[in-house]
Amino acid sequence: MNLIKKLAGLLWIAIGLYAGYILIVTQAIEKFKSPKPEDLIPAIIYAFVLTPIIVGGLVTFGIYALQNQYDTTEE
Amino acid sequence: MSNHTTSKGIAGVIAASSLGTLIEWYDFYIFGSLATIIATKFFPSGNPTAALLSTLATFAAGFVVRPFGALFFGRLGDMIGRKYTFLVTLILMGLSTFLIGCIPSYEKIGFLAPILVLLLRLLQGLALGGEYGGAATYVAEHSPEDKRGFWTSWIQTTATVGLFLSLLVIVTTKGAMSKEAFADWGWRVPFWISIVMVGISIVIRMKMKESPLFQKAKEEGKTSTNPLKESFGNKLNFKFVLLALFGATMGQGVVWYTGQFYALNFIQTTLNVDITQASNILMTALAMGTPFFIVFGALSDKIGRKWIMLIGMLIALLSYRIIYTKMYENGSVKSKTEIVANTKTTSAIAADAKNIGDSILTTITNKEYTDGTMYIETKKVNIHADITKADEKKDSKIDKITNLDRGSFWSLVWLVFIQVLFVTMVYGPIAAFLVELFPIRIRYTSMSLPYHIGNGIFGGLLPTIALFLATKAGQVNEAATKAGAALPYEKPYLEGLWYPIIIAGVCFVIGALYINNKKRNLND
Repeated sequence: MNLIKKLAGLLWIAIGLYAGYILIVTQAIEKFKSPKPEDLIPAIIYAFVLTPIIVGGLVTFGIYALQNQYDTTEE
Repeated sequence: MSNHTTSKGIAGVIAASSLGTLIEWYDFYIFGSLATIIATKFFPSGNPTAALLSTLATFAAGFVVRPFGALFFGRLGDMIGRKYTFLVTLILMGLSTFLIGCIPSYEKIGFLAPILVLLLRLLQGLALGGEYGGAATYVAEHSPEDKRGFWTSWIQTTATVGLFLSLLVIVTTKGAMSKEAFADWGWRVPFWISIVMVGISIVIRMKMKESPLFQKAKEEGKTSTNPLKESFGNKLNFKFVLLALFGATMGQGVVWYTGQFYALNFIQTTLNVDITQASNILMTALAMGTPFFIVFGALSDKIGRKWIMLIGMLIALLSYRIIYTKMYENGSVKSKTEIVANTKTTSAIAADAKNIGDSILTTITNKEYTDGTMYIETKKVNIHADITKADEKKDSKIDKITNLDRGSFWSLVWLVFIQVLFVTMVYGPIAAFLVELFPIRIRYTSMSLPYHIGNGIFGGLLPTIALFLATKAGQVNEAATKAGAALPYEKPYLEGLWYPIIIAGVCFVIGALYINNKKRNLND
């Protein structure tokens, strides 16, 4: 079980990076390009608030899993 | 000496804490429920600056300010105490809500109006961010260990009951006056009512005592001097913040939003059900589902928090597409048999008061269906005196309103109720789970942030991303129809559900792998 938890860390890192790609490419950039001024706020929030939290959080979580940091939480 | 309160005493603690939290949720939701009317009063359409302020009010209050409020008030709560901190959040929320109801419209004071609304909405988000963690921690620290899930689940009912109450007050206020009076000044009443409820709640909260566990820690000098640094700068604790977020609150946030807001939005916009009937469907389902928060909270004391939350998430993600297909079949007029002989169409043409020389052609079509459902379609077409100004897309506006028959109404109530049941499974035990995950000295700070990121960000993103996915599928289908190709999406209205399904799926796997099902001692 510990090995699965450890290796799954790679998956969380990959998901974090993919989520970052989706947020930046399909949401933030699209909205930055939009001529509507009200699209600027979501674009800024996607790029500078959500992406760091989601990507940074999942990648850090994945790194912790790879370092066996969650062994102590095992049942 | 026991650090826990007697059953009678804790009932008072619950009542005092829950009432305040409930009012805060009520205050937060009435703004959302009245967003359309607020937009017409404060954010006039066609004005780019007003549109920008409106978007800022919507996004910033949920995404940025709520987690910031969690950090700000969480830190205070861990340093000076739970009681005074969540008293401040209550006052802040109550005053902001009341003042929103007092701001003169854009027509009267110009741009000052939307700026004031925005500022007060941000204060609401800030207060909400600080409230929940305080209330959950306060109740948990009064509860005996074997009933912590049961007692904290009362706090968990407040978000749903707050939503219910906001809908009830709005529907009742609307029913008590004419449509014109509500649009003119009646929409302010739900905001004004808040100050009375907040006043009562403040008096009750003033009489409350500090959490016994926090008081003891303070007397022993064990409280934190820098909760933010200890919570997020220390790997030993930060790893649990991340686990709480990605293994529990992220999935809980999307299940919560799908079962309540997405369901309501789907009924109103995809099924075109009349707004009052749609609100009644949700209110009935919420009333039926709310007791289950307590049921699952109490059950978590017996079998642990982990699997109740995760099984709720799993069943939700496996059944969403089935449920929404059934909702469509029961609520959409496209799935019903029309009584063609009863269809009535009337047309009238009138001068356009805004554009001299132009006119508006209004066509109203009334349709009746074999099950008793009624459908009204109002189509307005602008006819320009100067035909070079004609624009097929901009000139035509269609309003669709469906009034469901009794059978379809109840089918939708049951289908929403099932979703509320999933909400109660993931949400009922989560307060107990979160407080048990963190030590007393940084509990308020550490549990508030993952809760508000999970709910505010992952849950709050749901309407935007779901709409994006569904619109994209609709556009792809439209392009395929024009090209004469087969439709890539059989049911484009279901595509938005991939967002909660994927988020809940990832959260389920992380939770199942890494979360511990053992209860912890809150004195640690």
